[in-house]
Amino acid sequence: MTAAARPAPAVLRAFRRPVGALAGAWLLLVIAAAIFAPLLSPYEYDIQTLKEAYQPPSAAHWLGTDEFGRDLLTRLMYGARTSLSVSAIAILISVLCGMTLGAAAGYFGGRFDRLVTVVVDLTWSFPEILIALILVAIIGPGTTGVLVAISVAYLAQFTRLTRAQIMTLKGETFIEAARSLGAGSGHILFRHLLPNALAPVLVSAMLATGDAIILEATLGFFGLGAQPPTPSWGSMMSAGSALLFKSPGIILFPGLAVAITVIAINLFGDALIAALDIRSRMRPPQ
Amino acid sequence: MSPLLELQGVSVAIAHAQLLDGISLRLDRGQILGLVGESGSGKSLTAMAAMGLLPLIGGRVTTGAIRFDGQDMVQMTEAQRRALRGRRIGFITQNPMTALDPVQRIGAQIDVVSRLHLGLSSAAARARTLELMTQLRIPEAGAVAEAWPHQLSGGMKQRIVIAMALAGEPDLIIADEPTTALDVTVQAQIIQILAALVRDRGLALLLITHDMGVVAQVCDRVAVLYAGRLAEERPVDPIFAAPAHPYTRALTLCIPRDDTARGALHGIPGAVPTALNYPSGCRFHPRCPKAVSACSATQPALVAYGEDGRVACHLPGPGAP
Repeated sequence: MTAAARPAPAVLRAFRRPVGALAGAWLLLVIAAAIFAPLLSPYEYDIQTLKEAYQPPSAAHWLGTDEFGRDLLTRLMYGARTSLSVSAIAILISVLCGMTLGAAAGYFGGRFDRLVTVVVDLTWSFPEILIALILVAIIGPGTTGVLVAISVAYLAQFTRLTRAQIMTLKGETFIEAARSLGAGSGHILFRHLLPNALAPVLVSAMLATGDAIILEATLGFFGLGAQPPTPSWGSMMSAGSALLFKSPGIILFPGLAVAITVIAINLFGDALIAALDIRSRMRPPQ
Repeated sequence: MSPLLELQGVSVAIAHAQLLDGISLRLDRGQILGLVGESGSGKSLTAMAAMGLLPLIGGRVTTGAIRFDGQDMVQMTEAQRRALRGRRIGFITQNPMTALDPVQRIGAQIDVVSRLHLGLSSAAARARTLELMTQLRIPEAGAVAEAWPHQLSGGMKQRIVIAMALAGEPDLIIADEPTTALDVTVQAQIIQILAALVRDRGLALLLITHDMGVVAQVCDRVAVLYAGRLAEERPVDPIFAAPAHPYTRALTLCIPRDDTARGALHGIPGAVPTALNYPSGCRFHPRCPKAVSACSATQPALVAYGEDGRVACHLPGPGAP
């Protein structure tokens, strides 16, 4: 046989599908806008210029201005910073904790597994928004509160998925083979089980990030997220809701940003699933 | 010299089912012992017991001793048994298609065994891996070591599994039906490679199979299991020339031969009973052509038979079935 040609990474293969490419391009655009906001925009997100309030889209202000005369596009880009980073970091924490819990429960089983399963099933039965609201109420509004709230809200999902993956993989012959060659629990768990369970969990995390952006926007809409003047998509929509007829752009553009970004994440996630060929493994056995 | 592996009256139970009943076997260095019997006769369970892996499937040794190099594995702690696995006892699993981790490169999976057990550096482990792969007649070992499991054929995967079993320089290899999942043409190759390695290195091989042809080719001795008991255990030549136990005789008749008439393949009527409804007396008597009343009444003891052999039958010896 010849030296094996390495297939391109799944993320690149997802870009080869038209829908995946379109969705991926949008996501890259939003991420770039968030990172380079200070370089891209001539305006500040927090300087009020009251005489320029409520302007419709124009050459100077592409998306118009808000009730304090601040440039909407600028605030949208800075808002992307808050919304994307909070959602992504929250999901990252959630994935790390969920994988640890799920792997331990699935691998060691017994009483610990039953405890984890009961708690996870309990939290699973509440809507995420309810769990998040309760947690924000306890911790207090602000970025930290939202971060913790979103992490906990999605913890059950990743714990369940990882646990199911580990339980299935545990019976595979290569695990028996590893054990019969003297591998200990740590080696089997970290070198064999978790790497094999990773792909479905990562795709699931990607899709959950979309949900997390909506949850973050919802909490922001209720005034529980990032506090003014720091913009977030949710809090911008909240301000715009009172001015719906006077200046519809204030609520419309952040709303569109949330919607298009979440749709893009979902479509890109689908392309990723197709590229990884793991649809059958995404649903944990009931 | 004491045998390398010795099972002495080993009984194994899972929950309340007594699955192995007083199995005694011995295996010396440089020897190949074939363990044969139909599915459900307890072959794989015997292997699991010899590896000390019974707790994984909820089983336990109820009586008897399993001595490896003089030490009783039943009395060992799990840590002591783990130190033996891979280092002194190599294991070759049943199905090579799923015996390799799909997300690790081939070479890395072999490397880790010698790194773990022999304390080799990464470079030394890789050198050893390539040497092993070459010995197993894997062409372009360097390229294969960089490949992923899904890129290899079944026969190639089984060679990798054998390389993994050999990487810790074990004294004993337990192979649980190493060729069952492979093409017939590949089967013979793998068995020959395995047998040659065992002979060259003076290893001991416990070869579990239900292929009597393989047994006749490579084994020194044969142990025949039926329904969790040892039926017959003898050197390979006499057992094929003149099987003493009717079950062994029936198994040898199942091998198709040159002079077997078209459509005249033999089978053994009936099936192996399950552990929950073993028949009384000799467990083979409901399927045995020679059965007499004593067979259903009392269990035949395992007694010396012929030259260096043992058999458990009331009416041992050749005779028309």
